[in-house]
Amino acid sequence: MKMEKLKKLTTGSNKSTTKLIATIAVIVILYAVMTILDATGSLTSLMKGLLVPVCAYSLVAVGLNLCVGYLGELSLGHAGFMCVGAFISAFFSKAFRGTIPDVPRFIIALVIGTFFAGLFGFLIAIPVLRLRGDYLAIVTLAFGEIIKNVINVLYVGIDGKGVHFSLKDMMALGMEPDGTVIVNGAQGITGTPRQSTFTIAVLLLIVAVIVTHNFVNSRTGRAVKAIRDNQIAAETVGLPITKYKLIAFTLSAAIAGVGGVLYAHNISSLTATTNTFGYNMSIMILVYVVLGGIGNFSGSIIAATLLILLPEMLRGLANYRMLIYSIVLIALMLFNWAPSILKWREEHGLKAIIKKKKEVQ
Amino acid sequence: MSLLEVTNLGISFGGLRAVDEFNISIEEGELYGLIGPNGAGKTTVFNMLTGIYKPTDGKIFLDGTDITGKKTAEINKAGVARTFQNIRLFGDQSVLDNVKIGLHNSFKYGTATGIFRLPKFFNTEKKMDEKALEILSVFGLDKFADVLASNLPYGKQRQLEIARALATNPKLLLLDEPAAGMNPNETKDLMNTIALIRKEFGVTILLIEHDMKLVSGICEKLTVLNFGRVLSQGQTSTVLNDPEVIKAYLGE
Ligand SMILES: Nc1ncnc2c1ncn2[C@@H]1O[C@H](COP(=O)(O)OP(=O)(O)O)[C@@H](O)[C@H]1O
Ligand SMILES: [Mg+2]
Repeated sequence: MKMEKLKKLTTGSNKSTTKLIATIAVIVILYAVMTILDATGSLTSLMKGLLVPVCAYSLVAVGLNLCVGYLGELSLGHAGFMCVGAFISAFFSKAFRGTIPDVPRFIIALVIGTFFAGLFGFLIAIPVLRLRGDYLAIVTLAFGEIIKNVINVLYVGIDGKGVHFSLKDMMALGMEPDGTVIVNGAQGITGTPRQSTFTIAVLLLIVAVIVTHNFVNSRTGRAVKAIRDNQIAAETVGLPITKYKLIAFTLSAAIAGVGGVLYAHNISSLTATTNTFGYNMSIMILVYVVLGGIGNFSGSIIAATLLILLPEMLRGLANYRMLIYSIVLIALMLFNWAPSILKWREEHGLKAIIKKKKEVQ
Repeated sequence: MSLLEVTNLGISFGGLRAVDEFNISIEEGELYGLIGPNGAGKTTVFNMLTGIYKPTDGKIFLDGTDITGKKTAEINKAGVARTFQNIRLFGDQSVLDNVKIGLHNSFKYGTATGIFRLPKFFNTEKKMDEKALEILSVFGLDKFADVLASNLPYGKQRQLEIARALATNPKLLLLDEPAAGMNPNETKDLMNTIALIRKEFGVTILLIEHDMKLVSGICEKLTVLNFGRVLSQGQTSTVLNDPEVIKAYLGE
């Protein structure tokens, strides 16, 4: 009897594994479609240029979904964590361009970018996660803006004497003639090696999906979900609330940082504008998460992909472009949230069909 | 020495003195009832015992250690677990996971072990599954293991909350109106279950109850609270025959 029960339970955990495999399959299919389109020359160069950014923003959306869907906290600053990952890794890659070979340099840049995005998340979360309600949203929003604005006036150069910083202008760095300016105020970082390929981007996205899946289905993930579901009950069963909130938020920010690293190594000129790393972008990422389904990682990826590529695919329709874009937004929202459609999907959706097949067997 | 020793406990909310000069002493293994009319301050006492409210006055000792004003999670680790008058489950997680969250501090592995799915992850999860099922089967809930907690019928949710509390391996279990909203049959089942878990888990129980039958049927001792103050205290039969109690509570 007990053995039977345990076996059944393993099927229970298989349910979440099936979901993970489905998510990875979705990514692989999207990857294959894009690669084939590219090989047959049916992708415009603008579309081609969007492939890595799509993965980068998908990563940020996956990170934010961990925060919104599992920690249950609203962050409006995930573009800020992406920004930290982007600039720190680009800085590193440019500074060591001549001294470290390409592959290890990119790996180190990835690690550093991820680490610092996580560190910033951790530092912001320490004071804020102790508070309740909307404080996290407000502070993360402010953080994103501050990061963006600081980078716009930040000058960093390296010469024989070491690293120079200034928040005024290039002259104030007081560099030796042999030095190079790496971060150049509003012009940001130019000349970052372009190492993010579509394949690397997709691989990182898959890794992030596996990490988040394993995280939310572990002892720590259960604790995080318990705190989200009922904080007082979580305290009465002995869970250290702050610790688990910190862990989840740090991981969420670090994943956004990975998106930043990818993004930075895909363009030769990295600047911090409202549309790349400002609150506009943070809100767009939140839109991906909400439309794709809160707590549903593959949904975030699909929503991000659709909403980033769509304006490009509709370019031929000129004036009707934004009209169709908004119709798709509404359709997505209905598909994910309308009660009658949710019910229909429960009965006739992919999962229901798979289940029926199994029952027949 | 008593397992729980509370002296002169009191709390004020602004001008309202919700609980005043509350004393109680519970011996190990006892099944103790806390009764009183609505708004008497019973739940407030539980909230102070579990650190959800910080008492304004008084001391709480568990097994000789002062736990007054400690954090809720620390108090749970010291050995106090509870249920809530308005059920607080982890509604979006399975019945099994609710109990496994209760086992959180007894079965450990780190976050990285979970992310990288190291062997310790599988071993520990398996042990947790077994232990959780064992606890659930005491309540006959094992067949609902992979149902979402919020999809359970009301009476089963109350039982699951008790199971989750027991999973933290407490010395003292606080039950806030465990029979509220149950029909007479369910209430009878619950009485049996409470008697059973006391034996099986060797746990001391303090329960708040409105249902007089339940209280007189299983509690050895009672404390009656009225307007935040202790009206009567002692052996169940003595308290139930106390004219003060009959006048204030049972009579109406
Ligand atoms: N957090 C609070 N703030 C203000 N008043 C409270 C609070 N908690 C409880 N009270 C008051 O304390 C009194 C006792 O409430 P409670 O302990 O819930 O009674 P019961 O005996 O029915 O469980 C009530 O008058 C209630 O309004
Ligand atoms: Mg009450």
